[in-house]
Parts: sequence; structure tokens; C-alpha cells
Amino acid sequence: MIIGLGHYLTVAAILFTIGIFGIFINRKNVIVILMSIELILLAVNINLVAFSTFLGDIVGQVYALIVLTVAAAEAAIGLAILVAYFRNRGSIAVEDVNLMKG
Amino acid sequence: MILPAVFFYIFAGVCVASAFMVIAARNPVHSVLFLILAFVNAAGLFILLGAEFLAMILVIVYVGAVAVLFLFVVMMLDVDFAELRQGFLQYLPIGAVVGGILLIELVLVLFTWTIAPDVQQAIATPAPPIARMLNAEALGHVLYTRYVYFFQAAGVVLLVAMIGAIVLTLQHKPNVKRQNIANQVARTRATAIEIVKVRSGQGL
Repeated sequence: MIIGLGHYLTVAAILFTIGIFGIFINRKNVIVILMSIELILLAVNINLVAFSTFLGDIVGQVYALIVLTVAAAEAAIGLAILVAYFRNRGSIAVEDVNLMKG
Repeated sequence: MILPAVFFYIFAGVCVASAFMVIAARNPVHSVLFLILAFVNAAGLFILLGAEFLAMILVIVYVGAVAVLFLFVVMMLDVDFAELRQGFLQYLPIGAVVGGILLIELVLVLFTWTIAPDVQQAIATPAPPIARMLNAEALGHVLYTRYVYFFQAAGVVLLVAMIGAIVLTLQHKPNVKRQNIANQVARTRATAIEIVKVRSGQGL
């Protein structure tokens, strides 16, 4: 029972799909949407590291490190926006975010 | 040979199950805790892949920083999360359709891809064998030489994110007295004191 590249890609694909699905079913809760985005980025990271290992090229892990950095920065900024928004409006429901009529 | 497979299935199964619980849990605090579980198991998968440094970074950055930040925000905001779950079933069909299409596409890709035969010649920075160099050392040899600009750019991204988060959340309350050092230093004798002649019996 050899665990090959396909196994890891399957796990990453399932995680990615769960992330997308989470964005759709939690349309009102920004915090869960942010967590779903983290899951999607985790799936991307698993793909990068799996290809890096099975192709024998270490650059994939460098890119995974960059993705990790961007994900951490994105979470920090997203939560900061959320806190500032909650202070102003007293709610974090996505439907209430219509001040700019976008 | 059986042991890595067993651990792979344990890590992958727990990771996928907890990822599902992240989006399905009623309480956002439980969601965050399941997110931590998913990331720890993903770190286990990274160790199985031989990327120990990234696994440890994943545990430190996600479990130590990002998940705790999420937990902090969830507990700090006084939000009625039950109300936010209204319409959960309303969005379920469209979510299932989009997710199903995406999963089918990914599975189709998964069963038909091949690696080009000349990709082995095109590898720019081959990973050294584990007996000669550990993963962290090998990663450092590449990251600090060939990809040093990426490393610096990552640092700039983190700096900008830090400044942005501080600017967004810092607020000055109008009725709080603060020390203004510039005003204190700029004070002269003329602006600070006033000499008044007080006549006897009259006051000011």
C-alpha cells in the first residue's frame, strides 16, 4: 500500500471543495467565511508540498512558505476590518455590508 | 511500509472530517477549535511528506497565531451567532451544486494528469537527500540565496499587514487625557505663567 502523489492531491481537492462549500453555506457569517478561505489556502499548500516532495524539487516548499505568509497577513487584516466594522455597526452580517451600494 | 499508509489515512481522515466540522459547527468557537485540529493534522501530512520545517511553521503560525486570533475575535465580538445561521438550508442547494461541480472537475483532473517526461531535467533546485542535509537546512540554502527577494517580499507583506491591522483597530477616545510631549516641550515662560498684582483686600 504505497501512498503516492494522487492520495495527497485527493486530500487537497476534498479540502478545497469543503472550503468553497463553506463559503456558500455560511453566507452570513464573515468569521466562518474567513476560516473557509484558510482551508482553501491549506489545500493549496498541501498541493505545493506534495508536488515538491514527489518531484524532488524544494522550490515548492518555498512557495508554500510564501502562501503561508500571505494567509497569515490576510487573516490579520480581515479580522481587523471585522473588528472595526463591528465597532461602527454593531453587527457582522454580510447583508448589512451595503454602505457603498456595491 | 504499512505504517506510513496507516498514518496517512489517520491524518487525512481527521483533517477532512474536522475541516467539514469547521463549516458545519453551530458554534463559531467550535469551528475555530476544529480549524486548529485540521491544521495540526495537515502538519502531520507535511511530516509524512518530508517537509518538517513547514510542518512546524504550520503549527506555530496557524495554531499559535492565526487560530488564537480567530478565537479572540469570536469571543470578543458580542454577536448573536444563532441569527447568523438563518438561511443555512436556503444556501445549501447552490452550495452543493457548485461544490459538486468543483469536486467532479478536480477528480477528473486527478485521474487524467501525467507528469511531462522532461520535467526531471527542468528541476532548478533539486532537494538534497535526507542523509546529506535536513529539510530545514536545504530550505534555508534555497530560500536565502536564490529566493531571497521572495523572502524579503514576505517580510514586507507581514509588515504592511501589521501596520494595517493596527491602523484599523486603534481608536482614540475623545474624553481620555493623554500626554502631549510636543506641547510640553514647546512651552515657554510666557505661555506657562502669568504674574498678577493682587491688591490688598480686593482679590482677583
